[in-house]
Amino acid sequence: MLNTTWIRTIKLGFKSLMLHKLRSALTALGILFGVSSVIAMLSIGEGASFEAQEKIKALGSNNILLESRKPPEKENQQSQGTSFSAQEYGLTYDDAIAIAETLPAVEVVVPIRSIPKRVRFGSRVVNAQVMGTVPTFAAVTGTRLAHGRFLSRVDLERKRNVAVLGAELARKLFPLTDPIGKPIRIGAESFRVIGELAPPGGANDASASATATGAVFVPLSAARSFFGELTVKVSSGSREFERVQLHRIQVRVDDPGNVLDTSTALRALMRKRHKEIDYAVEVPLELLRRAEEIKRTFNIVLGSIAGISLLVGGIGIMNVMLATVTERTREIGIRRALGARRGHIVAQFLVETVVLSCLGGLLGILLGIAIPGLVEYWTSQKTIVRPVFAALAFGISAGVGIVFGLYPAWRAAQMDPVEALRHE
Amino acid sequence: MVTAEPDSNETLVRFEGVERHYRMGENLVRALDGVDLEIRRGEYWSIMGRSGSGKSTLLNVLGCLDRPTGGRYLLGGTDVGGLEDDELSSIRGLRIGFIFQSFNLIPQLTVLENLEVPLFYQRVSPREAAERAVYFAGKVGLEGRLHHKPNELSGGQQQRVAIARAMMNDPLILLADEATGNLDSNTETEILALLDELHEEGKTIVMVTHAEKVAARAERMLVLKDGRVEKVVENPGRGPARC
Ligand SMILES: Nc1ncnc2c1ncn2[C@@H]1O[C@H](COP(=O)(O)OP(=O)(O)OP(=O)(O)O)[C@@H](O)[C@H]1O
Ligand SMILES: [Mg+2]
Repeated sequence: MLNTTWIRTIKLGFKSLMLHKLRSALTALGILFGVSSVIAMLSIGEGASFEAQEKIKALGSNNILLESRKPPEKENQQSQGTSFSAQEYGLTYDDAIAIAETLPAVEVVVPIRSIPKRVRFGSRVVNAQVMGTVPTFAAVTGTRLAHGRFLSRVDLERKRNVAVLGAELARKLFPLTDPIGKPIRIGAESFRVIGELAPPGGANDASASATATGAVFVPLSAARSFFGELTVKVSSGSREFERVQLHRIQVRVDDPGNVLDTSTALRALMRKRHKEIDYAVEVPLELLRRAEEIKRTFNIVLGSIAGISLLVGGIGIMNVMLATVTERTREIGIRRALGARRGHIVAQFLVETVVLSCLGGLLGILLGIAIPGLVEYWTSQKTIVRPVFAALAFGISAGVGIVFGLYPAWRAAQMDPVEALRHE
Repeated sequence: MVTAEPDSNETLVRFEGVERHYRMGENLVRALDGVDLEIRRGEYWSIMGRSGSGKSTLLNVLGCLDRPTGGRYLLGGTDVGGLEDDELSSIRGLRIGFIFQSFNLIPQLTVLENLEVPLFYQRVSPREAAERAVYFAGKVGLEGRLHHKPNELSGGQQQRVAIARAMMNDPLILLADEATGNLDSNTETEILALLDELHEEGKTIVMVTHAEKVAARAERMLVLKDGRVEKVVENPGRGPARC
C-alpha cells in the first residue's frame, strides 16, 4: 500500500515536471554541471596523483637514498682561499659500514661512487658516468640486464677491471657489434665488458636502469684503486679539486613498515657522524606520504569548488520550486480540501525536486565520465574514474534535492487551505 | 476521528455559539459571531446573506477547512475544535464533499484524474478509484469526457465534474459555495437538478447562494447577517420568507 502510494506520488512528480519541460531541464542543468564537475575533478586529481605515486614507487618503497651534497659554506671558502687544497665532503665508506652495522632493519647497503670519465672503444669516445658499486646494486635498484651478467662478489674482491654498460652507452660504443667480452678504456685504464643493461621500459619507467642508461658500472674496489678519490672539476676557467668517497648510498630496509623509523634513526646517525650537512637523505616512502597529503589537499580544494557549483544548482532548484509552489497555491488548496495531509503535500513537492535533481545527477554522471575521457584524449593527462565518485556525486545530487526541496515543500504544506483556495 | 456512523435523522452537525474572529491589527473582524445551528442527516439547507455576512466562513468551518476560534462544533458527535491538522484532513477526505463557485479542478489533470484525487489520499486501490470515477462521471453525464482536461470543458461540465468529485468519497455532507454563481441560468437549472437528485438519494446538502430562486429549492434557509443568524426559514419555496 505504501509502495503504490509512493509510486503514484513519483508519477505525479514526473507529470508536473513534464508540464514545464524547459524550466525543468534548465533547473536540472544546474545539478548536471555540479555533479559532472565533482566527478571530473576527482578523476583528474586521482589520475595525477596516481602517476606521481607510480614514479615514487619505482624508486622503491623499501629504499632510503643518501647522496653527497656540497655544503654551501665550503663553496665560499673555496672561492676566496687556497686554490690547490682539495675540498673534502660527502658520504664515506665508514658511513656505509656504520649504517649496515648499527641499524637493525637495514638489509642491504649499496655504496656508489660516481665519476665522470671518457669511455673509449676503438675510435669511439663517449663521456660517461662511471659508477663504482657492489653486486647488490642490481637487486636493490631493480636493474635488469639485456646481455651478459652484472658485477659479482669475486669481481669486487679481486678488483677486476670488468664493466657493465648502460643501454644507451652500449648503443653509442657498440652500434653494430655485441659488446660482451670487448675491451674498452675508461680514462686511462683497460676494462672488459661483461654485461649490458636492458633499455628502460617506457615513458613511465622510473627504475634505476632508466636513469643509468648512460652509465658504466665497475666494481667499487676497482674504481677506488684505478681512479682514486680526487676528482677534478673544470668550471669557468678555474679548476676545482674535490675529494668525495661515495656519491650515493642506497639502503634497503627489510619491511616497508620499518622504513620511517629507520630513516629517523639513519638521520640521527648521520648527524652524529657529520659535522656539516654534506649529504641529503631521500625516503621514497616519505615522498609517497607527502604526495598523498598533497592529493588530499587537492581533493579538498577541488571538492569545495565542485561543492559550490552543486550549491548553486541546489539554490536554482529551490528558487524554481518556490516559484512552482506559489504558482500552484490553488492546487495545494484543492488537494488539502479533498483530504491531503500536510505530509502528502510535502511528499509531492519533495518528490518533484528529488526527481529533478536525480535526473540532473544521472546525466551529470554521464558527462562527468565523458569529461575525463576527453581530457585524457587531448592532454594525455592521466585520469581515473572510480565508481565511488559516481556514487558520491549521485548521493550528493539526491541530497541536494532533499535539502533544497524541503523548504519549498514545507512552505507548501504550511499554507492555510482557505487562503490557498482563495489564491488567484 | 469521526466515531460511529450516525443513524438516519440523527444530528450530523451541531454548532454551539461558533465564532470565527480574525484579528486585523487593531481591529477584530467577527466573520462568525455566535452561530447556533443543527443539521440532521438528509436535510437540504441553503444559506443566504449579504456579501461579507460570513456565508463562506460558515461553510469552511462546516467543512473542517477552517477552525472556529470560539464555541463548539460537533460533527457526528466529534468535537472538531480539539482535532489536529492531520485529523481535520482525514475528516475532509472521508466525510466532506466540496463544490466551489470556481469549480477548482486541477488544470493539468484529466477529468478521470481529477475525480481520483480525493481517493488518492485514502486507502483505496487505484483500480477501485478508477471504477468509482467512471461511475460518477457517468452519473453526471460526462462518461464521454473522461480524458479531457478541464479547459476543454464548458463551465457547466466543469461543475458537473466537481460535483462528481465531491461524491467520490461518499461524503456525509455536501457543501456547495455559490455552486451556480458562474453559470448561465440554463446550466444553473441543470446543476440544481443534479443536486436535487443527490438530495433525493439521501445526501445532506448545504448550499450557499445569493439567489432567492436557488435558495428556494432547499428545505431550510439560513439567513446570515454580520456573522449572526438572522433567521431560519422552513420550506422557503412555499411562500415569502417570514421571520
Ligand atoms: N482571512 C481573513 N482575514 C480577515 N478577514 C476575513 C478573512 N476571511 C474573511 N474575512 C472577513 O470575514 C467576513 C466574512 O467573509 P465571508 O467570505 O465569509 O463572506 P461571504 O458571506 O462569503 O461573502 P460573499 O457573499 O462576498 O462571498 C468578511 O467581512 C471578510 O472580510
Ligand atoms: Mg463567499
